[in-house]
Amino acid sequence: MSQVVEQEPTATDSEGYDGLRLRQVTKSFGSFHAVSSLDLDVPRGSFIALLGPSGCGKTTTLRMVAGLETPTSGSITLAGQDITYAKPYQRPVNTVFQSYALFPHLDIFENVAFGLRRRKRKDVDTAVREMLDLVELDSQARKKPAQLSGGQQQRVALARALINKPEVLLLDEPLGALDLKLRRSMQLEIKRIQTEVGLTFVHVTHDQEEAMTMADTVAVMNAGVIEQMGAPADLYENPQSTFVANFLGQSNLIEGTIQSRAADVVTVDMHGIGVSIPTERCHADGDKGWVGIRPEKVLIGEPGEALDAPGNTIPGGVVTDVSFVGVSTQYLVRMPWGQELGVFEQNTGRRRMFATGEQVELSWRPEYAFLLDFSQDASAGAQKADAE
Amino acid sequence: MSATASYKQGSAAGRWFREHLVLILGIAVLIYTFVPIFVVVLMSFNDPSSRLIYRFDGFTLHNWLNPCEPEGMCGSLWTSIRIGFLATLGSTILGTLMAFALVRHQFAGRSAMNLLIFLPMASPEIVMGSSLLALFVAAGVGGQLGFWTILIAHIMFCLSFVVVTVRARLAGLDDNLEQAAMDLYATPRQTFWRITFPLVFPGILGAALLSFSLSFDDFIVTNLNAGNTTTFPMYVWGVSQRGVPMQVNVVGTVMFLISVVIVVGGEVTSRRRAAKLT
Amino acid sequence: MSETVRKRGSTGYFLLIPGVLWLALFFVVPLYSLVATSLFDPSGSDLNGYEMTYHWANYWDALQSYWQPLVRSLAYGALATLFCLLLGYVLAYAIAFKAGRWKNLMLVLVIAPFFTSFLVRTLSWKLLLADDGFIVNTLQFVHILGSDGRLLATPVAVIAGLTYNFLPFMVLPLYASIDKIDGRLIEASSDLYANPFVGFFKVTWPLSLPGVVSGTLLTFIPAVGDYINAQLLGSPNQRMIGSVIQSLFTDANDYPAAAALSVILMVLIVGMVLFYVRRAGTEDLL
Repeated sequence: MSQVVEQEPTATDSEGYDGLRLRQVTKSFGSFHAVSSLDLDVPRGSFIALLGPSGCGKTTTLRMVAGLETPTSGSITLAGQDITYAKPYQRPVNTVFQSYALFPHLDIFENVAFGLRRRKRKDVDTAVREMLDLVELDSQARKKPAQLSGGQQQRVALARALINKPEVLLLDEPLGALDLKLRRSMQLEIKRIQTEVGLTFVHVTHDQEEAMTMADTVAVMNAGVIEQMGAPADLYENPQSTFVANFLGQSNLIEGTIQSRAADVVTVDMHGIGVSIPTERCHADGDKGWVGIRPEKVLIGEPGEALDAPGNTIPGGVVTDVSFVGVSTQYLVRMPWGQELGVFEQNTGRRRMFATGEQVELSWRPEYAFLLDFSQDASAGAQKADAE
Repeated sequence: MSATASYKQGSAAGRWFREHLVLILGIAVLIYTFVPIFVVVLMSFNDPSSRLIYRFDGFTLHNWLNPCEPEGMCGSLWTSIRIGFLATLGSTILGTLMAFALVRHQFAGRSAMNLLIFLPMASPEIVMGSSLLALFVAAGVGGQLGFWTILIAHIMFCLSFVVVTVRARLAGLDDNLEQAAMDLYATPRQTFWRITFPLVFPGILGAALLSFSLSFDDFIVTNLNAGNTTTFPMYVWGVSQRGVPMQVNVVGTVMFLISVVIVVGGEVTSRRRAAKLT
Repeated sequence: MSETVRKRGSTGYFLLIPGVLWLALFFVVPLYSLVATSLFDPSGSDLNGYEMTYHWANYWDALQSYWQPLVRSLAYGALATLFCLLLGYVLAYAIAFKAGRWKNLMLVLVIAPFFTSFLVRTLSWKLLLADDGFIVNTLQFVHILGSDGRLLATPVAVIAGLTYNFLPFMVLPLYASIDKIDGRLIEASSDLYANPFVGFFKVTWPLSLPGVVSGTLLTFIPAVGDYINAQLLGSPNQRMIGSVIQSLFTDANDYPAAAALSVILMVLIVGMVLFYVRRAGTEDLL
């Protein structure tokens, strides 16, 4: 059900592919399908994030690539080699574990040297020193993991995996245990290291900001399948399902009836108001759909005020809630059909703030709206704060 | 108490006392556990006027300089040490294997197994000792009771304690560590010897120490299955009826010192290891 | 997220077999043998052999002759367990919450006497409680004891000895339980208007119940079967059931009676343990 790969590739395709390729991978625990027929291509040298709520199958996918779980069916190839059933210690893949899993009885040096020593590499000393230098822990080499701070432990875990120069480095929510500030700086740090060493990174996270900051490709997972995959900006601006629209940022989704489909534009009747949406942003079959618009794309104004938005204007709103958050003001506006829509207005200082109870008019440019399939749940993926 | 009532302040000394009351009581209990130890140490320097009157008469180093003077004492001590060592070895090996099976492997009859391990710990020693004796008699070895029957019994009652101790340590081990080792190219064998075993080892060591002290100290089970063999507790039991040589207290003192050295030593090395690098 | 995955296959059985065989051969089979012995014809003897006659009367006879030491053992064991719980709780609580940086030292001090011979320590109690000893003289001086009052050869001495000897078995599980309690819970209870006593009985005590249960079991079971304290610190009036069984086996050579008493003791204890554990709602300890 992944939209990434339309055609079933032949075996020869996989042999020629130098990245990581998952084909029809399924993992079931009893009757529960943690991952269902997943297809995924990760080109060599790329940084991909698997993003989704807990229980969506992202960690299971990662563990199958690491060899810590065996797929129920399907195949995993890496640089043309089938590694579906290879043992974890036989595959050129290393993992940065969620809880770091540093060996408590070994010092930092020996933790980092562990993989090299197992493979009987020469010049372990030099390699470890260089690696500790890269993560700025050269002075801590002889300490035990418990003596380091969370951020330092995180860097040891990273060094311990990176030193093996794996074909693919897997990161399993590696920043989850850090506080917000440290997490932000580690995100940039990891991104820097990835660019520097040029390895393929697969990063699992439930934090959409983290995924979008770090990865060049984000795959949003839900209930064992990839809902949508692409560059962060594409995913955000043109979500193809209600889950992606809600999980990645926030969206207003308004019921609408499709009136006409032209080559370049689809017109929709939204509670009596006609709006138009570019055809390439329409992902709805049938004659109904969810009209989606991001709150920051919605303009708010007094009734009749000429707003900088040629196109769709929706009158008759009443402000029901105002939150001033500094960089922006967030409004909730009750529409004539009873639904409350969110509006974020940037604090440019040029426009006045509206008060609760005021009559307002909303409008947006048609090229920012998108249309989603009406069969999908309009609240799917919302309230992700509770899900974690 | 109503909200308008003035808050009780009390004197500083009173507050200190109330805050530390539990600690003071706790230390009092600890002192209670040490009173007999002081007596043992004191009596090891005693110069008794008569074997039958057990009280402190005068200071001497005689007992320390001639520890093996009382007939049979050092022999019984040596027997206890040998049995303790072998029982520790046997029960630690068997129990560690069982603990690994219980935590890491699937097998049928898990709850029956848990019961089998729990029951020996829930049985009074007198029941275990007498049932073993009943078995030995029924098997026709009632006349050959001695070193080996004692050893069999000791391994039996130490086994459950080893399983429980090692199992707890093993269950507390983070699975991710072994997975991380495998991920870092360690084969299952390397993973076991480089990660699992070193991390479980403190538990195994603790279990071994516990086994040794259980075996060395046992009287009730041993006494029923000893035949003509005499262990140190049996020797002490014997002399308690007819007059205790002061050398018994020398042994008691040495045992106490050794245990303190082991326990404190373990504590200090783990602390020093932690402190050295900060 | 990952649960312990137990490996399939036969390895588990191979690891279990030696230990299970040992326990089966030297614990389970002997228990069976004990039950069998308890039903032998009491007219047999060690030398001539016994006959299996399903002589259930052995149990009745044993109970009739020895109900007193049996009841006494259970009572002494229960009292010693109660005192151990009181003393042990104070000590465990002090170590867990009040000892600060002395925590490890105090734990070491709890364990250290435990490694010193049980019998040697009990002998020093005998000395301490002796008729002209320091403790008796002091108690006589403050008139708690009469001028001819004594401690040795009284139930007090036996129960004190039992309490003393099994205290570490109580303290360690209690400490393990109490130490796990989050101190903030107690702060929260006092924030919610619970005075220290209410806070203790509504928060600390219920959370420490697993330790209380395993501590009382580890104390009660050996204390009931013990006869060293009764023999060294008591008089024949304080004879306990262990001593009876022991002498029936080794001195009187009355194996069926001894075995019957052993079975009775075992059944009583297992019954009480199961009842107790179920009441305390801590079956998962088993």
